[in-house]
Amino acid sequence: MVRITFIDIEGTVRPVDGEVGSTVMETAIKHGVPGIEAECGGACACSTCHVYIDEAWREKVGPASPMEEDMLDFAYALKPNSRLSCQIKVTEGLNGLIVRTPERQA
Amino acid sequence: MDEPIKTDVVIIGAGPIGLFAVFELGLLDMKAHLVDILDKVGGQCAELYPEKPIYDIPGIPFTSAQGLVDALKEQIKPFNPQYHLGEMVETVTKVGDNLFRVKTDQGKEFESKVVVIAAGGGSFQPKRPPIPGIEPYENKSVFYAVRKIEAFRGQRVLIIGGGDSALDWTLNLAPIAGHLTLLHRRSEFRASPDSVNKMMALFNEGKIDLVFGQATSLAGDGGQIRKAVVKTTDGSVFEIACDAILPFFGLTMKLGPVADWGFELKNNELIPVDTAAFETSTLGIFAIGDINWYPGKLKLILSGFHEAALMAQKAYHYVYPEKRLVFQYTTSSTSLQKKLGVAPAKVA
Ligand SMILES: Cc1cc2nc3c(=O)[nH]c(=O)nc-3n(C[C@H](O)[C@H](O)[C@H](O)COP(=O)(O)OP(=O)(O)OC[C@H]3O[C@@H](n4cnc5c(N)ncnc54)[C@H](O)[C@@H]3O)c2cc1C
Ligand code: FES
Repeated sequence: MVRITFIDIEGTVRPVDGEVGSTVMETAIKHGVPGIEAECGGACACSTCHVYIDEAWREKVGPASPMEEDMLDFAYALKPNSRLSCQIKVTEGLNGLIVRTPERQA
Repeated sequence: MDEPIKTDVVIIGAGPIGLFAVFELGLLDMKAHLVDILDKVGGQCAELYPEKPIYDIPGIPFTSAQGLVDALKEQIKPFNPQYHLGEMVETVTKVGDNLFRVKTDQGKEFESKVVVIAAGGGSFQPKRPPIPGIEPYENKSVFYAVRKIEAFRGQRVLIIGGGDSALDWTLNLAPIAGHLTLLHRRSEFRASPDSVNKMMALFNEGKIDLVFGQATSLAGDGGQIRKAVVKTTDGSVFEIACDAILPFFGLTMKLGPVADWGFELKNNELIPVDTAAFETSTLGIFAIGDINWYPGKLKLILSGFHEAALMAQKAYHYVYPEKRLVFQYTTSSTSLQKKLGVAPAKVA
């Protein structure tokens, strides 16, 4: 299990366990973490799974693919550390990952 | 007022389910008009994930979403469906026994015996960009769609976005606007390479301004925008004076007018129907596809197709109250095959 911590705009901290091979979005949905809508179910087609990657983790998580960048154009309140959580695969290396959810998704 | 368009059935929404409804209605001799706010058919499949694969259409191990839409269009061609694209249905009114009036935002009116709501997740509407305080300017000097190009003659126009809509309007408005700035958050564009090249040519000729960054705030008065504050990618902040802003941040599905048609909605977003005919609480109005709800409902294309078939059986009795419906297979019925234009030549 890989520990992933979601922090919402109010500062509420929600640590949950993700499965290797699933995505950060799926982990959030499975555990009912609010603030992630994932309207398109992870197809990189809606940008409603937008999260901010904690600065300490940005390098490990890596950059968005060109397809993801295209979808990020539509995300609300974009920052340099913005990613679509459905495009981040859970790996052992991400144990301890911290992501923040935005004020709103669309 | 113009005479309403008279037809058997009006289908609201030209997503995969609305399209297939034409087929099931057509087999039973009912003519249909389709209305959709999008400028193309296919609903979510065409707008949200055209290139993505679908694996769960019975008998089709693999297709792309757009491939499915194209195939559906081909399949319903024999029934000559009439498309009314780029129009939003605003009102549906019962005007008599088995008689409905359907009105669009473009002032078009239909009169039909049956209405089929295939509105999916709702109508596709432009997304509001993440600029605080944009609301008071909307539809006064901030527009999410261009209806009349001439309205922008001589104006200082700021277009925001990097997709096809943003680039198309940049190209179309450049000769009209007094001054035009295209603002996008990064130097890559999603738009077709041809549009990007044409836009870059305009920029290189000094005919438009191109800025990489994001609008952070707006200033103006009484709904009239005066300027946008922009933070560029390299961190500098400056102002762009403008009379109109056109943000193109893609589309999102909003329930829209469906909410005002008098149905008691499930979870404020779905129309409850019976599972014998997928008819709503108003007899003669059906709801099929993603927009409906009943116990066990699955939002799958497969389910919507099934709903369309059962809907057509019941709709028949409203359109042809005096006739008896005989159940037939397309495989063996020559009368169905004739309608499909595939009837075998008569043996002499
Ligand atoms: C990324 C993604 C992947 C998917 N994958 C699958 C899959 O593999 N298999 C599967 O079975 N399903 C899949 N789905 C779901 C499937 O796309 C939907 O079930 C299907 O599109 C529903 O079809 P529909 O015709 O009911 O509605 P929609 O496709 O939502 O179309 C409804 C149309 O109605 C229009 N409309 C609504 N209100 C109005 C109005 N008032 N006036 C005018 N027009 C209006 C809308 O603009 C829209 O075009 C997926 C969905 C997404 C987003
Ligand atoms: S869930 Fe839609 S883009 Fe991630």
